[in-house]
Amino acid sequence: MTRFLLSRMTHAVLLLFGVSLLTFLFTALAPGDYFEEMRLDPRIGPETVSALRTRFGLDRPLAVRYASWLKSVVRGDLGYSFSYNSPAGPLLWARARSTLLLTFTATLLTWGLALPLGIWSAERLGKIPDTLISWAMAALLVIPDLVIALGLLLLAVRSGWFPTGGMASVNADALTAGQRIGDLGRHLILPVAVLVFVALPVVVRHVRAAMIGVLDAPFLRVARGHGIRRHRLLYRYALPAAANPLISLFGLSIGALISGSLIVEITMSWPGIGPFMVEAILARDIYVVLGGVLLSTCFLIAGNFCADLILYWADPRIRAGSEEK
Amino acid sequence: MQPLIVVENLVKRYNGRGPVGRPGVVHALHRVTFSIAPGKTLALVGESGSGKTTTALCLACLERPTSGRILLEGRDIAALQEKELHAVRPQIQLVFQDPATSLNPRFTVLEILTEPLLFQRKARRSEAAELAYALMERVGLPAEIARRRSGELSGGQRQRLAIARALILSPKLLILDEALSALDCSVQAQIVNLLIDLQLSLGLTYLFITHDLAMAAHLGDEIAVLDRGRIVDRGAPEMVLRKPEKEATKLLVQSAPLSTGIQPLRRVS
Amino acid sequence: MQNALEVRNLHVNYISRAGTSVSAITDVSFDLGPGEILGVLGESGSGKSTLAASLLRLLPPNGRIRSGSVRLQGREILEASPGELERIRGKQISLTNQEPSLALHPTMRVRDQVGEVLAAHESLSRGARRERTRRVLAALFPFETERISSSYPHELSGGQRQRVLIAQAIACGPSVLVADEPTASLDPSTQREILSTFLNLRWKLGLAILLITHNPFLLEGLADRVLVLYAGRIAEIGPAESVLSKSKHPYTQALLRCAPSFARRDGEFPRKSKLPVIPGDSPDLAAVPEGCWFEPRCADRWEICRKREPATVPPGAGHLISCFKFGG
Repeated sequence: MTRFLLSRMTHAVLLLFGVSLLTFLFTALAPGDYFEEMRLDPRIGPETVSALRTRFGLDRPLAVRYASWLKSVVRGDLGYSFSYNSPAGPLLWARARSTLLLTFTATLLTWGLALPLGIWSAERLGKIPDTLISWAMAALLVIPDLVIALGLLLLAVRSGWFPTGGMASVNADALTAGQRIGDLGRHLILPVAVLVFVALPVVVRHVRAAMIGVLDAPFLRVARGHGIRRHRLLYRYALPAAANPLISLFGLSIGALISGSLIVEITMSWPGIGPFMVEAILARDIYVVLGGVLLSTCFLIAGNFCADLILYWADPRIRAGSEEK
Repeated sequence: MQPLIVVENLVKRYNGRGPVGRPGVVHALHRVTFSIAPGKTLALVGESGSGKTTTALCLACLERPTSGRILLEGRDIAALQEKELHAVRPQIQLVFQDPATSLNPRFTVLEILTEPLLFQRKARRSEAAELAYALMERVGLPAEIARRRSGELSGGQRQRLAIARALILSPKLLILDEALSALDCSVQAQIVNLLIDLQLSLGLTYLFITHDLAMAAHLGDEIAVLDRGRIVDRGAPEMVLRKPEKEATKLLVQSAPLSTGIQPLRRVS
Repeated sequence: MQNALEVRNLHVNYISRAGTSVSAITDVSFDLGPGEILGVLGESGSGKSTLAASLLRLLPPNGRIRSGSVRLQGREILEASPGELERIRGKQISLTNQEPSLALHPTMRVRDQVGEVLAAHESLSRGARRERTRRVLAALFPFETERISSSYPHELSGGQRQRVLIAQAIACGPSVLVADEPTASLDPSTQREILSTFLNLRWKLGLAILLITHNPFLLEGLADRVLVLYAGRIAEIGPAESVLSKSKHPYTQALLRCAPSFARRDGEFPRKSKLPVIPGDSPDLAAVPEGCWFEPRCADRWEICRKREPATVPPGAGHLISCFKFGG
């Protein structure tokens, strides 16, 4: 167990290192930097630009810049945002919180819906309910997320039932805490709906496929022969046996918690990390970009790691296999 | 007469689960020694886990023994490199217990039979097909099923096919690892007769691995009893089974069904 | 005393994908007395597994019980609703499977798997259930109860897995146990253990057992009566000793002669001689003949055997066979 953890930690560190290095190189290799825009402004003299560059250390060689960034990251300081003139860390974190609120809710809802749907569909394989669900999922899969987002936005505008964007109403400050939560909830509905519609077909199909594989298995027939009730058969017998590929998929879901909601955030003006990162990339706000990429990679690693841990806990055969090595 | 195959002090150890389920070193085979004369059958009997299949895999060069020698017509094949083994493999063939898992159910009968020939470059495609048909007739498979997939055949037909596939490269030694255990009684009898036939007409040597004592006694010129990786008893069937001396042999004899006559008349409690 | 199981005129079909229907079990009738061990002897294609599945109505989706009656302790199973069936299965009649490695849930501990069966049929408190589970497992594993109880299936040997299956089957005290090839992939000493387990269960619990196998020698000293199945029909039924050593049906006789016997060696069958086989292949159930199903392979056939089917075996005591020459 400890060897497993140790090797995972090492891999994670190496991965983060590699990813940050590549990102750094790519942004550095792209022509120009943050202050490039300023040069086009005739009112600002070239000396001012150079002075600003030196002040922020952008004239030092790449290796030196990367090394000093690395040193500060280890200490917990993610660098400085040029656009916002304040430390990158807190900015990123504030935005990340909003994104996580959105994606967390959506992931919970997606899996909460997909499991029963997939199981129900697999049980009625080939019959009408299964066919209907399969068609519905195929349709959702085919429609691009952007179209879904815009479609729901249109619905919001036309019907007036939902807020058309943002995370809070204009008069949010005037509301009480309870009312604010309700307000937040109303604003969450549409963006979460988009994310769920986008992710649902994939998960449902996987659940369905995994269940079909298991429903035919001899041990299930034997359990039926012992008179185990249908509900127990599905959830206590079939689902755990089918769980392995689903656990891996769940790990990917966790991995995408930070990075999966870009389009929704932009179309629905949700103040998340997605639009923030796009802005930063276009402005060459390099430390924000690096920080965001690092955060995203961390979540990916954490997601895979969670999946492996859950698999280890859930399947004794995997436990036995790793012990043998 | 020089024996076809001589196994000397075969040892096989590997990391795995011991008998109590705890991980550790498993001693699968411990100084196993036996020999088989050409054209004869050695029946290897023992409980599950006694090392029968490990022996089969080592002899067929599918597993490397930890130490020991395997002499095929005087030449030590356990010491050969992979490249040299390529020429040796056709001479020793295996037939497994479960034809459903050892034959690809999607391949047709013809494909299964011609594949080894083409792979070993022993024949061109047209010749390979002819050889395949000839062998099918030899083992009692009707020519019409040549284009059927192996998954559609009955248990007995599949086992005949497995035997045919083992014979297509004209081996000298055939290792049958529980090859009859999964078959119905009447089908077992048919396959046994086929094996007896083939041994006489092709001069094959058999290593017949089984836990069915009556079958072992019927087919074997000699019986060897394997217990936890060691050969504990050896000799002609009458000698070994009528008055069993070793514990392992006694245990096997006691478990044999009454009507086979191996046990002296005793009631089952 | 009431019979544990009464089967009358059972007809079971399979519907192929093309829509054609093949009869897997035709007009089968027999009784199983309380505490009796009835051996069902049949090779592949004889319908034995179909019979086992039919008794619990666990046929695959393309199987249909056409007609007949199956009475368990006097109660008609074929008319039970799905809810009633769930209550009957495991509680009054149980089934064990051939492949124990596939028949157990891969990621549930042994005691949980047995516990689930108890939970499905008895309303016990958790403590009481654990105690019952322990007792059932102790009956089948007197020496290593604790270790087996907390193990997972992949940590057990084939014989141990089979015994866990049996534990699940008897946990709720059924009156009938249908054992479908219980010793299929096991070596002889383990086979012997499992078979003596069955004897034990019959003696201690009064359990009636339907033991299905293709190996006649397993039934020696174990079965009270033996039923021989061929092409979905009863060929012969009677007291075990009678059927196994003084069999009257040509199929049974030929089958029993197939196996090598150490005892007969020095006389008729010296070592490495050819064994007497049943000529031909197992019957193709789709090709229904006019007369007796075994006729093409029978050594004792008459003209009439090709033209008419012999009478089916009625339920009842005594040694009965379905054959023109030797029986009805």
